[in-house]
Amino acid sequence: MATPEPTSAVRVEGLRKVFQSRGRGGKDVVAVDDVSFDLAKGGSLAVVGESGSGKTTLARMVLGLEHPTSGRILLAGTDRTEQPRTSAARRERAREIQIVFQDPYRSLDPRQSAVRCIEEVLRVHGMGNADERRARIAELMDVVGLDDRQARALPKALSGGQRQRVAIARALALKPDVLVLDEAVAALDVSIQAQMLNLLADVRRQTGVTYLLISHDLAVVRQVTEDMIVMQRGRVVERGRSADILDRPQDAYTRLLRDSVPRPGWKPVRRSTPTMEVTG
Amino acid sequence: MSTLLEIEGLSVTLPAGGEQRQVIHDVSLAIGEGEAHGLVGESGSGKSMTARSIMRLLPPGAEVQGAVRFDGTDVNSLDRGALRRFRGNDVAMIFQDPRSHTNPVRTIGDFMTEALCRNRGMGKRDALKRAAELLEEVFVDDPERRLTQYPDELSGGLLQRVMISAALAVEPRLIIADEPTTALDVTNQAEVMAILDELRRERGLAMLFITHDLDLAAAVCDHTSVMYAGFVVESQASERLHDRPRHPYSAALSHARPSIDRTLDRLPAVPGRPLSAFEAPSGCAFADRCPFKQTRCVEEAPALRELDGAMVRCHRAEELAETLAGSFQEDLSGHT
Repeated sequence: MATPEPTSAVRVEGLRKVFQSRGRGGKDVVAVDDVSFDLAKGGSLAVVGESGSGKTTLARMVLGLEHPTSGRILLAGTDRTEQPRTSAARRERAREIQIVFQDPYRSLDPRQSAVRCIEEVLRVHGMGNADERRARIAELMDVVGLDDRQARALPKALSGGQRQRVAIARALALKPDVLVLDEAVAALDVSIQAQMLNLLADVRRQTGVTYLLISHDLAVVRQVTEDMIVMQRGRVVERGRSADILDRPQDAYTRLLRDSVPRPGWKPVRRSTPTMEVTG
Repeated sequence: MSTLLEIEGLSVTLPAGGEQRQVIHDVSLAIGEGEAHGLVGESGSGKSMTARSIMRLLPPGAEVQGAVRFDGTDVNSLDRGALRRFRGNDVAMIFQDPRSHTNPVRTIGDFMTEALCRNRGMGKRDALKRAAELLEEVFVDDPERRLTQYPDELSGGLLQRVMISAALAVEPRLIIADEPTTALDVTNQAEVMAILDELRRERGLAMLFITHDLDLAAAVCDHTSVMYAGFVVESQASERLHDRPRHPYSAALSHARPSIDRTLDRLPAVPGRPLSAFEAPSGCAFADRCPFKQTRCVEEAPALRELDGAMVRCHRAEELAETLAGSFQEDLSGHT
């Protein structure tokens, strides 16, 4: 096997995950089937698919939260296929890759302000002294656009958009190479989502962080990523530049996804047909 | 087309923290027989509360002003029996999350036949037969088997189709659909919307369709109203709303969504967050976020008024017409 390029941030090769059936007579579920991709440092790749496509399982394996049945995962050229077993190994993985979840209401500790939450992250990872940590927190609050009052407020006093800013700041705290954005803007109001998409673009420009976006929203995918893979039932059915695929989808399933997106002049089309034909 | 539902000057306050808080401000809208009306807005805009007011399903302590007339009768004047008949026979509601509106330990058959037995006085066997026919109408395969299954055995899209067919079982005249496809994947959304649209047209049902998605509302509704902070800020024919928005908020909402057809360097995002009705300032509710704000907007609340066949609640609607329709993007990005 060729040595991976040093510029690769995430590389997965022939990744497969089978969930074994728990009940008797049940069938094993192949959630992810022979998925490969190479995401360059500073790049942005979308994994697109609907529920059951395997996109979340794929992301969990890359994060080290799920063990692949077979295949390989490399982060910055280092083999990370094995799940981290010691807390030191988990901390090391956390400095390489972080995640921003979909629901800003459930992904933060309700008893911690942004300042305390990020201070804890930095302290656990032995980052700098108290003054240096304070400076880093101020820098992060500046990147995500939270003022001093918001930075010291408990999550319940913040709006959904502000909470998601806290979640992004927390994910960036350790300067990871890769951020996994798991439907990170899906639960937000349209006007807040637009602010957040602009913020994600700014953050990438400023920090050079790499994005792995898990999403079912093709318009968001177009705005955030350069490359995409489309998954259906665990397999990659199409891959390429996001703009090219959305302009000229080749695979039938990609076309169906694209045609299902409401837009000006769109009419919903039914695929199912009457089950009982009346015959004469 | 005669008017089926008419809401006039509806204001609702709810008790919170020892005071009555405004949730809807002076909402007026009318839906004709067989017409589909979209109600679009972000969190806290009051769209779901408007729907609940129609059904008189407001939380205890709610104070209501204004009128909700269904087929000429004020819903707020109905006695218990008449209200039950209104809710059971005239109006059907479809919700965002079908799973939380079904009982997990009762079968689809029980769920679908309850209304038929209770409101229509049908026997169980006839009701089951009718339920199977209804499921076929929403293109559910093998309806007899589905009737014996439990909600968690069905996918979200399939369960939402069951909800639609149960809602239509009593042959209502108005459907209120509150974000019925928000929890579904896009392909299921297209499927469910197509079926809902088809059945509604076949039967000439009126629909109030609540969504946060302006494009989805435009696709299935004749007319769309946009709500912000408890106010209707704009109301007009759906196709015109997209091409010629009359209110800066509608224009902002339509431009803020990323597009599947092009990549923008930056999205024209309005600053701030959507306000709830009780937080709205005394002037125009959108003034603090509006790139076209003037002194008058802060000092004086605009009224909903007619302009070229549209209803709009903006002092500057006439002079902004061209800007909102065309070069809005540059104007807005110049301000942020």
